[in-house]
Amino acid sequence: MTFESPIFELRQVSRTFGQVSALTDVSVMIHAQERVALLGPSGAGKSTLLNLLNGAIAPTAGEVRILGHEVRRLSPRQLRQVQRHIGRVYQQHHLVTNLSVIHNLNAGNLGRWPLWKAALSLVWPQEVATAAKALAQVGIPEKLYARTDRLSGGQQQRVALARVLVQDPIAILADEPIASVDPARSQELMNLLRDLCERTGKTLVVSLHDVAVARSHCDRILGLRQGRIAFDLPTAQVTDAHIRDLYVL
Amino acid sequence: MTQASPSRRWSPPPLIRNPFQRWALILGAIVYLLLAISTLRIDVARIIQGLDRGSRMFAGFLQPDFVSRWTDIQAGILESLTMTVVATVIGVAISIPIGFGAARNVAPLPIYLFCRAWVALARTFQEVIIAILFVVMMGFGPLAGVLTLSFTTIGFLAKLLAEDIEEIDPSQVEAIRATGASWLQVMTYGVLPQVMPRLVGLTVYRFDINLRESAVVGLVGAGGIGSTLQTAFGRYEFDTAGAILLIIIGLVMVTEIASGVIRKQLQ
Repeated sequence: MTFESPIFELRQVSRTFGQVSALTDVSVMIHAQERVALLGPSGAGKSTLLNLLNGAIAPTAGEVRILGHEVRRLSPRQLRQVQRHIGRVYQQHHLVTNLSVIHNLNAGNLGRWPLWKAALSLVWPQEVATAAKALAQVGIPEKLYARTDRLSGGQQQRVALARVLVQDPIAILADEPIASVDPARSQELMNLLRDLCERTGKTLVVSLHDVAVARSHCDRILGLRQGRIAFDLPTAQVTDAHIRDLYVL
Repeated sequence: MTQASPSRRWSPPPLIRNPFQRWALILGAIVYLLLAISTLRIDVARIIQGLDRGSRMFAGFLQPDFVSRWTDIQAGILESLTMTVVATVIGVAISIPIGFGAARNVAPLPIYLFCRAWVALARTFQEVIIAILFVVMMGFGPLAGVLTLSFTTIGFLAKLLAEDIEEIDPSQVEAIRATGASWLQVMTYGVLPQVMPRLVGLTVYRFDINLRESAVVGLVGAGGIGSTLQTAFGRYEFDTAGAILLIIIGLVMVTEIASGVIRKQLQ
């Protein structure tokens, strides 16, 4: 599925939580098939930005458009229809550990499936071929019927990626997907994520702590500091001075 | 700080400072207790008579008679088991939606308050009182018993299920919601799997409680082995009553062991 106009569009967006303002006056446009890294110190607003991009939270001021739809104008049902085109990967602990891998993969289908099919699938797994293919793509095809809580952290992260593949969204939002994996495996996971996006033409927005990974895997870097955009440049134009200023205490 | 002199030992400060008030209260309580006991009309003759009857009862228990009323006993056991199974199934089926509704993290406020009110109502009264109500409404027999046990199952299971749901890992649910899943899909994929082992465990545990209670509610006319027991006592057939009690003990022990084993497997 392709989409012509900007995938994400933020106009003067602010978001506060009670008294704390997490994002202030952020304007960004992200187009199809871009790979954008979000960099910034802890608390800079990276997770808030990702949550705005899939409509999990609404802005306190400004306008968020996802796939051309203004988030605040959407009914809950319409929002869900938009959300099924936006896949999410988290740092960890976001798989349902009591379910086997196949059901976690099929959770990617929930935006498409009617309730009866979703419920039936828990007893009699549906569309197993799709799920098995996705799991093979992330390199652990033998774990299809394993219980998710028996997998290692790296394997769980692969399952999370496979779930996004099953969901087959237009864009993927990844929130520090490699923060809890060792360096070797984080390279592998990021390669996997980049290749999947490249091959299927998906847009990727990924928050990272590792500047080198951001440089090697993304073509645009967005620096966030204290809830504001510090810089928004193609990777080639990001200098060490940019990075230093971003993380300075 | 100065050191306390050894002659003045520390003692806890009295609850009531004024010694006059304190002693007046203690004396008042003693007088009240004596007066209260005197109104009970404790009759030594009746106690002796009771002890005599008690010894005959125990003699009956020592020689339990399974045979002469066996058909009644058998019918009673079957009725109790049927009541337990039906009431547990109905009770659990109703408890699940109420339990979800009574969990603050998944239910909107009006539904939450409504379901909590139901749970509170179902937990207010003891089984026997509810059984009496249903016997008055539905007449004697197992229907009243089934309704009683179903009702009390809701109070027990919905409350514990709701508490369990309130303690689930929200990040797992968030990820399911982010796929564009509807509320019911989020419940079946994100919430239910997290509470399933406990739900099954609680159901088995409640089955065990319901079997025990089915004997109790029978005593007020709500059917089952309790009714058979009540009849046996009414006829002064202590040997039959003894047999019934032994059977109840056996049944309860078997289900308790079984439910313990099943719940351990689920951990």
